[in-house]
Amino acid sequence: MAAAAPTVTDPGLWRVLVSRRSVMIGVVIFAIIAGAALLAPWVSPYDPFKLSIANRLKPPSARFWFGTDEFGYDIFSRTIYAGRLSLLVGLGVVVLASIIGVALGVFAGFYRKADVFLARVIDAMMAFPDVLLAIALMAALGPSLVNVIIALSVVYAPRIARVVRASTMVIRELPYVEAARAIGVSTPRILVFHILRNLVSPILVQATFVFAHAMLAEAGLSFLGVGVSPDIPTWGTMISAGRQFVGKADWMILFPGLAIVLAVLSLQMIGDGLRDALDPRLTKDM
Amino acid sequence: MLAYIVKRFIGMLVVMFLVVTAVFIIVRMTPGDPAAVMLGPDATTADVQALRQRLGLDRPIIVQYLQFFGNLLTGDLGRSIFLNAPVTQVLAARAEPTLFLTLFSLLIAVGIAVPAGVYAACHRGSLFDQAALAFAMLLASIPSFWMGLVLIQIFASGLGWLPASGYGGPDASFGERLRHLALPAVTLGVVSSALILRFTRASMLDVLGDDYVRTARSKGASEFVVVMKHAFKNALVPIVTVIGLTAALLAAGAVVTETVFGLPGVGSLVVNAVLRRDYPVIEATLLVVAGLYVLINFLIDLMYLAIDPRVRF
Repeated sequence: MAAAAPTVTDPGLWRVLVSRRSVMIGVVIFAIIAGAALLAPWVSPYDPFKLSIANRLKPPSARFWFGTDEFGYDIFSRTIYAGRLSLLVGLGVVVLASIIGVALGVFAGFYRKADVFLARVIDAMMAFPDVLLAIALMAALGPSLVNVIIALSVVYAPRIARVVRASTMVIRELPYVEAARAIGVSTPRILVFHILRNLVSPILVQATFVFAHAMLAEAGLSFLGVGVSPDIPTWGTMISAGRQFVGKADWMILFPGLAIVLAVLSLQMIGDGLRDALDPRLTKDM
Repeated sequence: MLAYIVKRFIGMLVVMFLVVTAVFIIVRMTPGDPAAVMLGPDATTADVQALRQRLGLDRPIIVQYLQFFGNLLTGDLGRSIFLNAPVTQVLAARAEPTLFLTLFSLLIAVGIAVPAGVYAACHRGSLFDQAALAFAMLLASIPSFWMGLVLIQIFASGLGWLPASGYGGPDASFGERLRHLALPAVTLGVVSSALILRFTRASMLDVLGDDYVRTARSKGASEFVVVMKHAFKNALVPIVTVIGLTAALLAAGAVVTETVFGLPGVGSLVVNAVLRRDYPVIEATLLVVAGLYVLINFLIDLMYLAIDPRVRF
């Protein structure tokens, strides 16, 4: 039965990926960043946690590509290691927010009675600007890496739910769902094989953007001192630490900042290309 | 039409009610005793007990919830634990820098994004169009605090043209205040222009293909008249919507920007409140910002009714 369900919106994600130049560039940049983060112990030239007072606040050079910070840590190595945590937060938020958002969205979109209430809950949650809601949640939960992921998932789940809800409402009315129901397919089966299957593309697009926004938000939270503990290197905490050295050691904030920009930009390029391919009118945004 | 307005109004009240409930729940998600957390590890048991009593934490949760609502309806947002003053008073004292920052950054964002978006749409596919889109995407990828630090580096520590932080002294002139707001407003404005640019371009593209635009052109109207009078006017509804929503987002962006630039506004108040676990202040700010957002949404819906005769319910 699952194989019989036609896909309505999927023009072949793989084809989109390889046929669009901007998507391709985004994929390559992101792959390099993610690859460097994954292979950090082999890629980074120095131990990112090894103090070296003799080499403190050294500007970029052939020996220290991105310079060193006030403890003599090599910024290049730290930027690579920080990528691990920043990407981990992004990924964690995408997974958790997608699980909550998809469940909520499919439920609201499929059951009209539940929608009356759930749509309002989604509206209410979206009324909180993301960073503000995240810092309030962090105030309640307390600062830690896991709590950052939880807080940002609560922030972004309604944004995924809204898109999933809208798509579910469209798919629910399509003839093949009607047909499946007519031949007696059970509701859970319809939800999973007929509705969820066709939601893969819009969810993927949204997930790409959530990934990008979550990384930006994590950096913001860590910068404000309400996110990850300051001695754990993430791109946000590195910039935060470099703040006192503006004008003296500008490289401390320059390179981690560029890392965030590149990572977020590459994700936006991928998400944008996918969205354009799936929705030529490009009227929807986060 | 009146029925529609009433329906939307009730819908707005329901969302407001849920917003208030969400704020109540968020703050009470704190593991352990909020009173103990707020007072820190040095507090005596008697102090904690007194604060619990003052905040009503010793009462059943449902009573707390009802009381929270009751206080809200009478305009009582509670007292700041750390500053020991009514939250409304604290917020009012901090409102000015935030309001100006939001206003100026909105002006900068709209000033850049709307003309650029219109021009890009009129020259679709041109070098300018592609560059504008690429630039918008780049801007949307820059963390505002990083952008702020880079600007401080260039214009404050480097060139020494503008102050790096603060809001001038208590009796600084308006011009002096503006100088202090320049870098934060540019930071926030430029970063938020991306969304408005994309929306302006998309909604202009939408109307530029419409029949009446073709008719206007075939009548021999000049390109400027076609674009401004026929197309832009009709593209305005979605543009105004996104500008309205951006205004609410800017208020949140101010949280980070004010911290970078040491502006004594609502944003830095919230950050300090979070660091000190001053829950009443956090609660009140969430309520005010989310409430404004819901209200702006409602007003935009009403505005559709007023300016677009095609919208009928």
